[in-house]
Amino acid sequence: MSGEAGPGIGGPETVGPGTAAPGTVDPGIAAPGTVDQRSEGLDIRGLEVRYGPVRALRGVHLAVPRGAVAAVLGANGAGKTTLLRAVSGTLRFHRGAITSGTVAFGGSRLDGVPAAAVVRRGVVQVPEGRRVFARMTVAENLRAGALSVPGRRAAAARERVLELFPVLAERAHQRAGLLSGGEQQMLAIGRALMAGPSLLLLDEPTLGLAPLMAARIADTVRQINAQGTSVLLVEQNAAMALALAERAYVLEVGEVTLSGPAADLAASDEVRRRYLGVGVPETDRPVGTDPGPAHERPERTRLARWTA
Amino acid sequence: MAVFLELLVNGISVGAVYALIALGFVVIFKATEVVNFTHASLLLAGGYAIAWLHPLIGFWAAVAAGIAAAALVGALVEFLILRRAHVGSRGVLAIVTIGVDILLTTELTRRIGTEVLALGDPWGDRVLRIGPVTVAETRVVALAVAAALIVAFLLAFKFTGWGVAMRATAEDAETAALMGVRLGRVSLSAWAVAGALAAVAAMFLCVFPTPGLDRGTAAAAMKAFPAAILGGLDSTTGALAGGLIVGVTETLMSGYQSELAFLGRGIGDAAPFLVMIVILLLRPSGLFGTKEPARV
Repeated sequence: MSGEAGPGIGGPETVGPGTAAPGTVDPGIAAPGTVDQRSEGLDIRGLEVRYGPVRALRGVHLAVPRGAVAAVLGANGAGKTTLLRAVSGTLRFHRGAITSGTVAFGGSRLDGVPAAAVVRRGVVQVPEGRRVFARMTVAENLRAGALSVPGRRAAAARERVLELFPVLAERAHQRAGLLSGGEQQMLAIGRALMAGPSLLLLDEPTLGLAPLMAARIADTVRQINAQGTSVLLVEQNAAMALALAERAYVLEVGEVTLSGPAADLAASDEVRRRYLGVGVPETDRPVGTDPGPAHERPERTRLARWTA
Repeated sequence: MAVFLELLVNGISVGAVYALIALGFVVIFKATEVVNFTHASLLLAGGYAIAWLHPLIGFWAAVAAGIAAAALVGALVEFLILRRAHVGSRGVLAIVTIGVDILLTTELTRRIGTEVLALGDPWGDRVLRIGPVTVAETRVVALAVAAALIVAFLLAFKFTGWGVAMRATAEDAETAALMGVRLGRVSLSAWAVAGALAAVAAMFLCVFPTPGLDRGTAAAAMKAFPAAILGGLDSTTGALAGGLIVGVTETLMSGYQSELAFLGRGIGDAAPFLVMIVILLLRPSGLFGTKEPARV
């Protein structure tokens, strides 16, 4: 897969979870008022979302300061994707609606704003499952990402994206549906970057990818953030998410049950047990590092055939 | 042989006009996944505007006004009715378009009455002779204009921002919205473009050898429906191929009617639908379609 030949394969500089000193984790919701200094970034307060009679989010407070990476962890069905839909204005495609609370970015409200207008305010989402336009070429997909910006800015964005993902330049005239999973994820992220977002919403970017490719994507997220884009990362791969983020939130059945600095969360017993699977050596390993030859790895539980 | 060539040229020319109408069906279906049964009345509206205006402002200005009028009617149907009809199923929306079509057609046929309205076109009944083949000038112009419009349309679809937005929406509307595509505008422009194409088609359907616009003209528009279906409802290439197949089949069957007397009179009108059925039996998504048209 030539997509793995680009720059930035996750290296050992990645900070592994579990290495941070145990700190205080503030359980529950951050106290109202503590997010004021972040009003420049994304600021979600008391958010409640319903799909008809089903309440998917309950009183969610969350903040992504400008230039920061925040992670949202949680199991399937916890409401992670719903949270992103509420920000990106796509709840209506799923017959959902914000029933109370606010979503603000850069000081102006995003709740009730249609998806296309959210993009114009600098908030762009990379949807779960990549969802590239399979029948269009790679170049056309990138163009689709830049439809909301003027031509000159689109050209500059395109240069930046192709620098980040050289493989997309090689595949420019191929149909996006023919790319590998990793390449499609790169295209999905590249397509979102074409709009020049101030805040990038990433929904499970490493889902279904090989570990090396997942590490590559993680590294790319780091680069994107280093260039000044804030990131709200929704992930089931908690080890990766906590290594990337400065602040993290744990979502359970529609509520934030834990939030705090990512390093503190990574050190908390509950997170280690429930999301990092403490005791399994692989998950304690820094993201993107080679586990080493099989004979050097610590011995794992031996598999046994189950018989009735 | 000369007869066959004449019929073939006429068939291709009529087929190109059907392709314009079918293209309208396809554009609306791609942008909104709605099968637009209002198309026949859009065509009638465009034709009526040309017939009504040409004595006042001249033929070419009337054509421009007719195209604008049909585009406006299309946009209004989208904006006032379909956008506000919050129904879950596209099938229900298709039925809504049938209702709108009946309303519009009833009003337009009431205005047209029993008259046959001439469009005042400059070609009249002049014919061109190329070797043994005799073709009406209107047919040659129709072929040239339809071909030019189709090429321009396909290029726009492929290369302009509008075309990219349209194709992105057709493939995945939610993701297109996440890219900043304004779905309302895409849908509105699709209806307007379909209306404009229908008006051009109306002009060519109502000039020589047809005597003019009458209340039956809307029925001609329905022939573009098998064209769109057999080509594949979501394929612009399919609309083109479907239009040509329907045009050529209809013209050849009508032209050789005396040899085909055992099939009964009026086989030319039925033939496009027979071809459609045969093609759908062999290829359920049409010749170039990628989705099941059965989602109607």
